[in-house]
Amino acid sequence: MSVLVIAEHDHTSIKPVTLNVVTAARKIDADVHVLVAGTDCAGAAEAASKIHGITKVFKCDAPELSHRLAENMAPIIVDLAAGYSHVLAPASTFGKNVMPRAAALLDTQQISDITAVHDAETFDRPIYAGNAIATVKSSDEKKLITVRGTAFDAVAAEGGSSPIEETSSKGNAGLSSFAKQELSKSDRPELTAAKIVVSGGRGVGSKENFAIIEKLADKLGAAVGASRAAVDAGYVPNDYQVGQTGKVVAPELYIAIGISGAIQHLAGMKGSKTIVAINKDEEAPIFGVADYGLVADLFDAVPELEGKL
Amino acid sequence: MKVLVPVKRAIDYNVKISVKSDGSGVDQANVKMSMNPFDEIAIEEATKLKEAGKVTEIVAVTIGPDKAQDTIRTAMAIGADRGILVKTDAPTDIGGVEPLAVAKALKAITEKENPDFIIMGKQSIDDDSNQTGQMLAALLNWGQGTFASELELGDGTATVTREIDGGLETLELKLPAIITTDLRLNEPRYVKLPDIMKAKKKQLDTMTPEDLGVDFTPRLSVVKIAEPAERVGGGKVTNIDELIDKLKNEAKVI
Ligand SMILES: Cc1cc2nc3c(=O)[nH]c(=O)nc-3n(C[C@H](O)[C@H](O)[C@H](O)COP(=O)(O)OP(=O)(O)OC[C@H]3O[C@@H](n4cnc5c(N)ncnc54)[C@H](O)[C@@H]3O)c2cc1C
Ligand SMILES: Nc1ncnc2c1ncn2[C@@H]1O[C@H](COP(=O)(O)O)[C@@H](O)[C@H]1O
Repeated sequence: MSVLVIAEHDHTSIKPVTLNVVTAARKIDADVHVLVAGTDCAGAAEAASKIHGITKVFKCDAPELSHRLAENMAPIIVDLAAGYSHVLAPASTFGKNVMPRAAALLDTQQISDITAVHDAETFDRPIYAGNAIATVKSSDEKKLITVRGTAFDAVAAEGGSSPIEETSSKGNAGLSSFAKQELSKSDRPELTAAKIVVSGGRGVGSKENFAIIEKLADKLGAAVGASRAAVDAGYVPNDYQVGQTGKVVAPELYIAIGISGAIQHLAGMKGSKTIVAINKDEEAPIFGVADYGLVADLFDAVPELEGKL
Repeated sequence: MKVLVPVKRAIDYNVKISVKSDGSGVDQANVKMSMNPFDEIAIEEATKLKEAGKVTEIVAVTIGPDKAQDTIRTAMAIGADRGILVKTDAPTDIGGVEPLAVAKALKAITEKENPDFIIMGKQSIDDDSNQTGQMLAALLNWGQGTFASELELGDGTATVTREIDGGLETLELKLPAIITTDLRLNEPRYVKLPDIMKAKKKQLDTMTPEDLGVDFTPRLSVVKIAEPAERVGGGKVTNIDELIDKLKNEAKVI
């Protein structure tokens, strides 16, 4: 049977991680459909129909889907799931919030955060902050899965022309409502999709000092990340956190500055192609995973690096 | 208001785990066990609400082996009034009791206890599933406020600020509802010895999955548990010029 992918989008365009999820879906079956559920989401549905390698788009457009509340999203997924053997969503905060709700309604044990597809029943997923990889085989009739985007290449965003079919919302569950949001504004690339990530930790010392991290990032056209300690201390917003319980990144180049390298942080960046660490403590565990470690005071090294690039 | 707090016993977050050589699981023998850190945040939040006069009773629940009683006692030392152990000898990290089964057991307990809300961790740091709260909310047909960094109780409502990929989002939930905690919700207190002593006297009931009418048979079978591919690191450069040269000419990433 075919595979349904739940698109991550902002109503007008498709978020890149959706393209990685489509790759994972295509490893399960060649017939992949995409659901775009939102409010005034024709733009996102159009964009989805151009995704390479998919065969159909469902558009579910209703006012109660403006913030894709799990209580309103899950019944739509449950309803559509009848026609599919697998339903996949990104392991983003959106997918993590919505998918288990749908899985429980379908009496299915979700498989979270997969990093490999062996066959239609068997998948790899990291456990214990990525310090072990579990290969699990599902006996559920329907498989609900969240996908770690960085573990799969993206399919081309253009080239397809799938038909768009309307599907209806199941209404407003009336259990929750959106009040407000405070989104971090940035012209920098998105953390999980960036080719280069520059991250700062507690060693950076203050919110003001974080400017030197940002300056280096801007010189490199990079995204800015952080350790939990830097977020907790208020140097940067919560969504900069890289790690086991934050975002997982796997850029071409990851530069860790003033970060010790706790296992919870490593879990979010160990998959990067090249890792640079700048830390004044030569014993810091981050050096154990770094390709290029520089033992130095970051307040000397970072401005020098930025100046010489 | 009465609140239910599910707490899980897991390998301490500071322990470097080792995979069993036969690939069947992760070694738990002689390893320090603690309360899952996100659940500590949940019990702390419930306790703060009790101290603020908004909550009257806190019931902590765990699903695990006899030893998980320790986790309930820790919850009591922080602020839980009562505890429930749903006893099982199946592993609770992988290949045993899965989030759907935990959610079903918690649903059965919820129906007995009738809490006004449930606050629990967003994620177990052993299985890293991040599912149970959302599943329980589905089974109860309650609203869900996941990844909470702020919680405010109103009259029949809870206002929850959530940590999402783009920043923060605030939702209003109708009670009863489920809230799952993120790291910034609070900083759990340090438990003091007198509180540990007092916790020993609190009521702890034990029941079995059969008592609750819940089937714990796993849906996922473990093919194997393996060590991740080791990353070869440890390379050093002595100065910035060397670093730039390596990044340009060796790694070719800038
Ligand atoms: C449940 C749970 C979940 C967690 N999830 C995450 C997560 O998702 N992501 C995450 O990152 N952490 C997470 N953590 C926290 C993690 O355990 C560490 O506490 C955290 O990563 C430490 O951050 P840090 O490296 O910035 O700070 P520290 O460990 O304090 O390290 C600071 C480093 O800066 C260096 N330094 C200081 N001054 C300078 C200077 N002038 N120049 C150069 N170097 C300097 C020091 O030598 C030190 O190595 C989690 C913890 C728990 C319990
Ligand atoms: N065995 C268990 N006993 C009690 N609570 C649990 C158990 N497993 C999971 N939970 C709760 O569910 C949350 C999310 O866990 P998970 O879905 O496994 O990542 C945890 O933070 C706990 O609050």
